[in-house]
Amino acid sequence: MDSLFKERKKRLDIFHQWRKKPAPKPKEMPDHVFQTCSHCHASIPMMDLVKNQYVCPECRYPFKISARERLRQITDEKTFKEMDASMISIDPENFPGYKEKLDRMQKATGMKEAVITGTAKIMGNPCVLAVMDSHFFMGSMSAAVGEKITRAIETATKKKLPIVIFCTSGGARMQEGILSLVQMAKTSAAIARHKEAGLLVITVLTHPTTGGVSASFAMLGDIILSEPYALIGFAGKRVIEDTIHEKLPADFQTAEFVLEKGFIDRIVSRSKMRSTLGWLLAFHTKRSLS
Amino acid sequence: MNLKEAQRAISEIKARQMELDEKDIDTWYQYQKQIRKLEQETTLTAWDHVELARRPDRPKARDYIELLFHDFFELHGDRRSGDDPAMLTGLATFHGIPVTILAQSKGKTTEENLRQHFGMCQPEGYRKALRLAKEAEKFHRPIITFVDTPGAYPGKEAEEKGQAEAIADCLCTFATLKTPVICFVLSEGGSGGALALSVADRIFMLEYAVYSILSPEGFASILWKDGSRVKEACEVMKLTSADLLEKGVIDQIVPEPFGGAASHIHQVVEKMDQMLRKALVETMKKKDNQLIQERYDRFRHLGDTSWKMSR
Repeated sequence: MDSLFKERKKRLDIFHQWRKKPAPKPKEMPDHVFQTCSHCHASIPMMDLVKNQYVCPECRYPFKISARERLRQITDEKTFKEMDASMISIDPENFPGYKEKLDRMQKATGMKEAVITGTAKIMGNPCVLAVMDSHFFMGSMSAAVGEKITRAIETATKKKLPIVIFCTSGGARMQEGILSLVQMAKTSAAIARHKEAGLLVITVLTHPTTGGVSASFAMLGDIILSEPYALIGFAGKRVIEDTIHEKLPADFQTAEFVLEKGFIDRIVSRSKMRSTLGWLLAFHTKRSLS
Repeated sequence: MNLKEAQRAISEIKARQMELDEKDIDTWYQYQKQIRKLEQETTLTAWDHVELARRPDRPKARDYIELLFHDFFELHGDRRSGDDPAMLTGLATFHGIPVTILAQSKGKTTEENLRQHFGMCQPEGYRKALRLAKEAEKFHRPIITFVDTPGAYPGKEAEEKGQAEAIADCLCTFATLKTPVICFVLSEGGSGGALALSVADRIFMLEYAVYSILSPEGFASILWKDGSRVKEACEVMKLTSADLLEKGVIDQIVPEPFGGAASHIHQVVEKMDQMLRKALVETMKKKDNQLIQERYDRFRHLGDTSWKMSR
């Protein structure tokens, strides 16, 4: 009888301890249960959205996703090996408010910079991957982002692997000034070398790909894919409207518009992205006539 | 003393100088000394640099081209869709050797500027430059580029014709171009539109030119949502020639007379001539591979001070 009470007390203690602990918050999932689609304004249960790779089941609009989630969707399980994971931006010029904003971004996203790079396999095909994340500083190109992407491209060239870059960016990082701008030249030069070595470059443009990133590596893929509805362009819509003094059509600078103008190869939905990349990578491996 | 006060004081002294008797050389010399002193004591703010760079009477690409080369032969068209008057391209001889010239060209009159979009190039401009750059590579002619643009033209058609692709193509192609490329930043260099012509083996910048990620107005409105804080923006943007030299983005500054190149363009052109000549002697004797490797290296390490490995 005594041992029974002891056992009961022990269990109660465990229960009390468990109750005192705050519930762990899931990282990827926002607090609310419903999300509103910014395209068709439908309310979508979070569970459905997660199951559907964060694509609106009503209108097929792809929600913004983090770089980690993208990697999970694209790469073969446990094949991704991150490079330069600890690289962070510093602020040698002491630009007003920059350091604080960087800290805030790092805390909010759990990321160190706006891009994650590494080697991985996609449907069994090895490649080097660079995945940008617009949650971090609008995916803007700091010197660290430029350096990480350049290193990824150089690694791919050295290992004779294809490079796949998922782009999303508002453009250059204003706080870093001219040194952010020249990252366009640096990354483009690395791409030029990779191409000269006869190796494959695939870029995937996701919402939004604008400014300095669109005018450098994003537009330099041998094959340029895009997600549906993504905003793709160089100058901002408002700047253009102010310059030409007229209203621009609603579909201006969308992936569909850019496809029609002939600047991207294909629009690929999120559910087909992995198989499309897998096929393309396999297609470009050396084979002999059977 | 700030720039405006100094300029006023100097013009007063100059007026007095004009009134002097021809034989009164001593007084004339005294005045000249005063002017020198004023010039040396004046400190320029970053905003002064921007204003000097934007002065309407500041010489344009065409002025420099006509003085540096005596036989400029203009070529037109990108062979795809059109001819952009904001991109002035052609052939010329420089001290006996044939060169290709690619220049962003602002106009002098309002009509010219409207036609040339104040030096803001469209995709066909960049593609014209690309076409001629490849032609120069074929004949192994050095390329001289002149950067003078507030940025690429933000127009509807420009976007439809692939502004981003055109600039990206420039950056990619110039990186591996097997011929020397020498760049001069003349007055304004803004954003990717300027960078497209600055992937070069040597980059020279006029003393009072500015080169930045974006116009100060755009910078203030994006970052602070307040377009009127332009002067403040200029100070934090680090856009003067001295700032860029310090960061290693440019190689050398072309000195200008006080108040800008407009007053004594010949003096500036003479300096440019010397620098260009030296740069060509140095770069033309290099083998293609070495040239391209060095060009790669000069951009490869820009920004290394802005990141570190944590822990």
